[in-house]
Amino acid sequence: MNRRVPRGTLLAATLALLATTALAQQPQDAPAQAPAPAATVPAATPAPEPAPAPAPAPAPAPVAAAPAPAAPPALPPGSPLIGRPDSNPAAAKLAPVPSPPLATAENKLPLDKLKAPKGFNIEVYAAGMPNARSMALDEKGTVFVGSRLQDKVYAITNRDGKRQVHVLVSGLYRPNGVAYKNGTLYIAELSQISKIDNVEDQIDKSPKPVVIYNDLPKDEAHGWKFLAIGPDSKLYFEVGQPGNNVLHDENHGQLRRMNLDGTGVEKIAFGIRNTVGFDWNPKTHELYFTDNGRDWMSEDLPNDELNRITKLGEDFGEPYCHQGNIPDPEWGWGHDCKDYVPPIALMGPHAAALGMRFYTGTMFPAEYRDQIFVARHGSWNKTKKFGGDIALVKLNKDGSVKSVEPFITGFLQPDNNYVARPVDVMNMPDGSMLISDDWNGAVWRVTYGPNKKVAGR
Amino acid sequence: MRSFAAVLALGCFVALPASAQTVKERLPTCLACHGENGRSQNENVPSLGAQQAFYVTVQLLMFRERMRVADPMNDMTKGLSDDDLQNFADIISKLPAPQPASGPVDDARIARAQALVEQNRCNFCHLPNFAGQQNVPRIAAQREDYLVKALRGYKDNSRHGYDASMADVIAPITDPQILDLAYYIARVK
Repeated sequence: MNRRVPRGTLLAATLALLATTALAQQPQDAPAQAPAPAATVPAATPAPEPAPAPAPAPAPAPVAAAPAPAAPPALPPGSPLIGRPDSNPAAAKLAPVPSPPLATAENKLPLDKLKAPKGFNIEVYAAGMPNARSMALDEKGTVFVGSRLQDKVYAITNRDGKRQVHVLVSGLYRPNGVAYKNGTLYIAELSQISKIDNVEDQIDKSPKPVVIYNDLPKDEAHGWKFLAIGPDSKLYFEVGQPGNNVLHDENHGQLRRMNLDGTGVEKIAFGIRNTVGFDWNPKTHELYFTDNGRDWMSEDLPNDELNRITKLGEDFGEPYCHQGNIPDPEWGWGHDCKDYVPPIALMGPHAAALGMRFYTGTMFPAEYRDQIFVARHGSWNKTKKFGGDIALVKLNKDGSVKSVEPFITGFLQPDNNYVARPVDVMNMPDGSMLISDDWNGAVWRVTYGPNKKVAGR
Repeated sequence: MRSFAAVLALGCFVALPASAQTVKERLPTCLACHGENGRSQNENVPSLGAQQAFYVTVQLLMFRERMRVADPMNDMTKGLSDDDLQNFADIISKLPAPQPASGPVDDARIARAQALVEQNRCNFCHLPNFAGQQNVPRIAAQREDYLVKALRGYKDNSRHGYDASMADVIAPITDPQILDLAYYIARVK
């Protein structure tokens, strides 16, 4: 069923849910003067203070929760902790792994820890860009790098054989997405998309981006954006679902596209939880995108997805159906996975499959051409972490997936700790591939063959 | 603005930064406001004792880059190197932890706050003793006025977190609940 059809139903369901949850949660909307004590206040503090606690008599809300002293009360709607088992100590140890806030000095980068297949080389392309995230490239070989937790977009220039990192723009809010075309850099912040014309001429001039589109939700959860320009010369970006596993209105959980001036916005795909990477098959021009699966369902399920759009308006199932065949334990009731488009590949549990590109260069052996490289940022919601690599997705002639295998590893070490975390991959004109790393604030370069020296070093 | 004026009146800004100063030379200026012994005596100025070094590094970075705006701190961090930030963070994390607010306790408020803590799982990240971990700050025995200010800042989005964790969890919490939470956490041992 298409999300757009039952929109009214969905909205109603959401509102109903909010209403019931608010009731069950009690103090939430209690008046300022005297919030009644919650049902599970520890007995240690009897709270027989003056007026405001007129006994747990027939007040409708708290009574419902009263006879359950063991379980903590329900979480607020949208809480990132929804679904986490309260009584399991192993789950209690899991939390998002914070990236170091400062960039790793170039001579301290864990170059010797990263492993590539025989014949491939890895080197440092640039360092000193805290929280380096998505990448874009212009005709002069300048690489633009967005960030999510910093306020900056960086530019790595490559002039006269000398590579240099510049802060292109500061003061942005979660500028994760960057895309480039015909002299203009496009930047996607949390809730607006802007552009810098003639960007190459303004690299050290602190250019001010001009907003072209801001009709976007402001949710922090999955609000940061990947941005790319399609073969149709339109800007593509996502609006993620505003929480780990939530129902939402008709303006979330989707891919949109628009003209380069911000007009003609269309919603083109639905049921997407959080995609942070997409690219077009160079042969079929179909859009492929990664999508991150929900947290807290289990150690091993659901998998992250690799999806393919074959026609406009498809629904990929979130939050009702995960990975094409798992109805959500909460929202899946009344829905059938058959009604949604299944992924073309499973990318691993909690893997955080982010940036992905088809390899279109000629430096790597022919078998890699037009195959997909996917940056798996790596899990946090899993005791033995998974991902932390660049995966190679091999395709069949019809664009379906033949296999998924690790290609570059070592970002996640055998001791279950990260020394680097890949976010995005990008083709360079010479056929080498760049990998951004938000753990170290660096960009790595992968080459093939004996000439491993980086041009311009 | 008013609070900064009050702070200035207390004379805790001995000197504005001269970028050539070393970390050691600057430290007395920091402690003049934030307290020699890890406990701030100044309204809306946080106690820093035993604060998580990772969290302090993040905050200093945000001040330096103006990702978090608070006039004196943006000035104070101007020109600091990454190494300076880490050195400050290490020193600050070794100051003694602040002591909880003293005086008679309103049990009803404590009970309400404890229920909120439980409901919102504050202690999942801040830990049951509110000592924090890594990027999650110690909040135990923090100044009550500062806790209110910080929570209100997250709530109205005038204070952006480095990541979105607080924005996510603060959304359903009301202002009266913020007051109760701050009252309680300031009194946690």
